[in-house]
Order: sequence, then structure tokens, then C-alpha cells
Amino acid sequence: MSEPQEIILIEKNNLLGIVSDLFAEGYRLVQIGCTTLQSAYELNYSFDKEYHFKNLRFTVAPEEEIQSISVIYPNAFLYENEIHDLFGLTIKNITIDYQGKLYRTALKVPFSIENCPVPEPPKPKKETPPEPPESQKQNSADTKPQED
Amino acid sequence: MAHKNIIPFGPQHPVLPEPIHFDLVTEDEKIVDAIPSISYVHRGLERLVEKRDFIDFVHIADRICGLCSFMHCMGYCQAVEEVMGIQVPERALYLRSIWAELARIHSHIFWLGVSADAFGYESLFMQSLRLRELVLDIIEETTGGRVIFGSCKVGGVRRDIDSETLKGLVARLTNMKADLDELTSVFINDYSIQHRLVGVGFFSKEDAYTLGCVGPMARASGFALDMRTLGYAAYKFLEIEPVVEYGGDCYARCLVRIREIFQSMDLIRQAAGKISEGPIDVKVKGTPNGEYFSRVEQPRGEVIHYVKGNGSKFLQRFRVRVPTFTNIPGMIKVLKGSQVADVPNIILTLDPCISCTER
Amino acid sequence: MGWFKKSPWLLHYNATSCNGCDIEIIACLTPLYDLERFGIINTGNPKHADILAVTGSVNEKSKQILKNLYDQMPNPKVVVAVGLCAISGCVFQDCYNVLGGADKVLPVDVYVPGCSARPESIIDGVLQACEILEEKYAQQKKAKQSSPKSQTNQRQGFNHE
Repeated sequence: MSEPQEIILIEKNNLLGIVSDLFAEGYRLVQIGCTTLQSAYELNYSFDKEYHFKNLRFTVAPEEEIQSISVIYPNAFLYENEIHDLFGLTIKNITIDYQGKLYRTALKVPFSIENCPVPEPPKPKKETPPEPPESQKQNSADTKPQED
Repeated sequence: MAHKNIIPFGPQHPVLPEPIHFDLVTEDEKIVDAIPSISYVHRGLERLVEKRDFIDFVHIADRICGLCSFMHCMGYCQAVEEVMGIQVPERALYLRSIWAELARIHSHIFWLGVSADAFGYESLFMQSLRLRELVLDIIEETTGGRVIFGSCKVGGVRRDIDSETLKGLVARLTNMKADLDELTSVFINDYSIQHRLVGVGFFSKEDAYTLGCVGPMARASGFALDMRTLGYAAYKFLEIEPVVEYGGDCYARCLVRIREIFQSMDLIRQAAGKISEGPIDVKVKGTPNGEYFSRVEQPRGEVIHYVKGNGSKFLQRFRVRVPTFTNIPGMIKVLKGSQVADVPNIILTLDPCISCTER
Repeated sequence: MGWFKKSPWLLHYNATSCNGCDIEIIACLTPLYDLERFGIINTGNPKHADILAVTGSVNEKSKQILKNLYDQMPNPKVVVAVGLCAISGCVFQDCYNVLGGADKVLPVDVYVPGCSARPESIIDGVLQACEILEEKYAQQKKAKQSSPKSQTNQRQGFNHE
């Protein structure tokens, strides 16, 4: 039943190269998502080709800049503006840049590290699931088996 | 050469049940550019995972959008179940598919009605919504709600449909077919409607692909993309063939939706024939630890629910990427070069659903 | 509930609703529930409207639009808050971008509960709003008769079309 989750960890600087390779292979951009971690942001770029689902992932520090991929995939501009407005990350060279006007929220950058605390993971004494702890889990996410 | 004018369209507009705003840059009657502006309906519900635990959050997932409420709920539950490794009983999967298809029928008939209203067919609008009430009656009898179903939960479904009701449900849908045929034949054959739709808002397959369009919008341009073929819920047991049209214009998008109504009826008939007795839910133990991207086909296209938990009762991140959001670049592309008088039509044939777009 | 002398028109605005109440309002105006038998017609133009039906809670951006719509409506006017979101914010009241119910911005006359509000209760709410509208109309008339000088000012609201 479950769909295999292919998550590839990449370097931030290789993003444009890998994305343009994917574009040449005929992948379509499904989504760009962002997750607030303890002290960094995790970005997920999802692609799909004939129901083959692929994710690129890297983490950035709050002050780091990211290159926009909207020059390759024109539809990326909405996602990137969204990430800029909600997470406060700086994304350079977006083709249609709303300058922070896409989402006008009462609370500025609601998903930033200051505003969006990560929930406390439970103490590992009571129930110890065979899962690795949080820091290792991300690295092993691409190899994590998704059995039914 | 006329100089450029900017015409604001929305957020409150007679054809739009929901607020979206476009700045239309026009030259004479022709649109040269369109700039969307959203967030009139932004609530910020993704951050509610901080305050509601993952079981409670089902009620919020149900209320992301009124028209595709059940699919949002199903997508969320599916993602959590995958993370926690819960095996959902087969009967629950079938029931989910049946409700999802009922939701698709009511959403598409609603769309037919609203679009009829947009090109000035008032009584066609009324007839469409009259037919929709028959579907809503079935939904109300089986789930208890008319719009927000509230029948899905993590680990299964909340209610069962007994076999008698299920048979009656299929019979009622079959009886409805004649009425629906009569209604849709107006959309397909009427001269004035063809005049408004054929050739308007053309969108090529290449554009649909590179701009990441999904759902009926992609399928009307000849790009067969239907997440149901992935086989989530009970779709792996059912025969399903994506509905594809090749026209790429408003008329093709209308045809795709009409054919999907009949397809959904067929799927419900198939599911009602194959469903077996058994439990409808399993007990949920533990907390989610891990992540999953779940993909579900909504009436408007592919929706993604991303769930990430770190072992705590509260999810670390919930993200939903809805079909309308990814269709907006396509919408801009179609609007460019069209006539001002066609704008309401074009925007409606893309079936915007703003409340899920902005969450 | 008596017969109304007037045919009040309804304007609907979705502040931050999930769409559920909106489609129920539309369902109300169609053959099965048929609000039109009371002479109520859905209009898209605020200057034609007497009843404003608000669905959904209010957020930063929709606040101003809601105020604009309300100000554009001619006197007398009533506001109906449809659905739990428009009353209190429903499950979304803890969201960072939700200010609360519609009464944070507008004077609400009738509250219609339900998530989503059922067509029967919407009809009931709108008819109650009609009664309030009649009352307001009578009050306005009385006020005009007692002070004929202010009449010209007050009538300006009616002069559209």
C-alpha cells in the first residue's frame, strides 16, 4: 500500500545543478516544503515522474541564503515566496518576488525558530522503540524501510 | 496601441464563492498579465499541531476545506498510519474509498452548477444543485454530516455502512444517472455553452507538465495524472483508468469533470460489490515517530500531506500542499492572452478552492 | 415569522471560512431549501444588499474587506454570522492569524451555529434577520419623521441606482 519514499540528502550549493538535471530528465516539481528544526530549517524539494516520487533535502541555518529554482521550474515562485513569508528565509532571484507580500499575517514569520518551538520528544526510558534518536533519524531517512 | 490598464478582480466577486484577488494587466480587452494575490483566507492551521495532539488533529484536517473535507482527513490519517505502521482493516479502506468518491461526485456537480451560473445559465445552476442534494442525502445518511463528514480517524473509520444501506446507495446512484445524463448533455451539446467554452483558455500538455498542474486541469490537456492509480485506500482493488481529454480548453476541462462523475459512480458500484465483512478500525498505540508524504487524489488534483513526528504526542510538522496552489501558475499562464469577458469562466474551469490553498 | 413587505437581498462574504458554510449558503438558495420563496436573492453587489452573511472567522487581511463591504451597504442593514467560525473561531481560534468571530469587526445581529451550519438553521437565521431588518426600518422611518432635517442626509444611502 505505502508509496516508497525516496529522500536524497544533498548539499545546499549543489541544489541548482541537481534540480536542472531532474528537469532535463523530465521530472515535474511537486512541492517545496520547509520544516522548522531546533536551530535550523529543513527544506524538501519533491519531484515526480510517472508516479516515481523523489525528494531532495538539505538544511540551512536561519541567516543563510538559498538560490531560487524558479529559473528552472517557473512554478516554484509561489512556494519560495511562501517559505520566505512564513519561515523568514532569504531566497535569491525569485522570478516573481512578492517581497513578503504574499502572506500578510498578524504574526510576522510565524514558522521561524523563535515562534515555532519543536515539541519535546518523550523521555526514552519508558517505551524504547527500536528507532534511532532524532539526530540520526534524519540521516537514515532515505534508507528507512517503508514496509506495509 | 492602447496603454496598459490594471483591473482588479476580486476578492469579493459574484462568480467566486471564495475570495481570491487578481490584478489583471490589460491592453484593450486583452489580458497581458495576471498577478495573483492570496492570503485572504490564511488561518495558519498548520501550526495547530502544537496545540492538538495527532489524534485530535483529525478534526482540523477535516476542516481544511469544505468541498474536499473527507480527502484531507483521509490523506492525513493515511500519513500518520504510515508513520506509525498501522495496518488499516480492509473494510475501512473500502469505506474510505466509497466516501471519497461520494465527495468527488458532490464536488464536481457543485462545480457544474457554479460554472453554469458563470456563463449565465441560472436554471441549469439550480438543476445541478438539486441533483447534488441527492448525493448529499446519501452522505448525510451514512456519515451524519452534509459537508464535513467527520467519519475518518487514525486507524480506520468511525462509522460502518451496513450492507442493506450500501445496496440502496448503489441503487439510488444508478437511478440518479438518468437525471445526470440529461443535465450533463446540456453542458456537452448546448450551442451557447460551446460558444463560451470551446477554444477558450487553451493550455498545452507541455505547459501543464512544466508548470506542475494536477487534477482535471492536467488531464484535460492530455496528461494522464491520477493519484488513485497509486493504489491508496481501496483503489488497489478497483479498476481505475484516468479520465483524459486532449482539447486543453475550458470545454475539455468541463468534459473531464463530467466523465469523472460517472467514473466515481462506477467505482462506488465496484467497491460495494467487493467489500467484505470485518472490523472497521484498529486500536492506535504509541506516538508517531518518523515522516511520510502521503499523496491523495482530490476532486481538484493531487494533494500532499506531509507529517513529521519525533515521538512526542504532538507532531513536529504538518504540511499540506493542495492542488489549487500548484495550479495557480497554470492559471496565470491561461489568463495571459485571454479576453476580459472570459476571465470568470477561465478561473472557474480551474476550480479554485481557496480555503485549502491558504490553509 | 410573518410576511415581509420587502424583499431583502443577501450578500455573502467568506472571511476565512473553510468553504463548508459557503456551499451550505448556496444550497439554501437552490430548489430544495429555496430561500428565494421569501423574496431573498443572493447578490454580489454590496450596494444592492440588505443582509450580510459572514462565514468564517476574521483575519488580518479580510478584516478591512469586511468593513468595506459593510460600509457600502445601504441602511438599514443586518449582519448574520453563519457557522461556528464566524461566531467564535471554532477549531481555528488558536491559530496565529485568526482574530476571532465576525463580531470583532462588525455588529452581528444573528448568530447561526453549526459546523458546518445546516441549511435549515441558515434559513431560520436569515428569517430572524429579516425581522430585525423590518424593525430597523421602522425605527429609521420614525427617526426621519421626528427630525425631517436629517432626512436628506440619511437618504443618501438609498440613492444608489
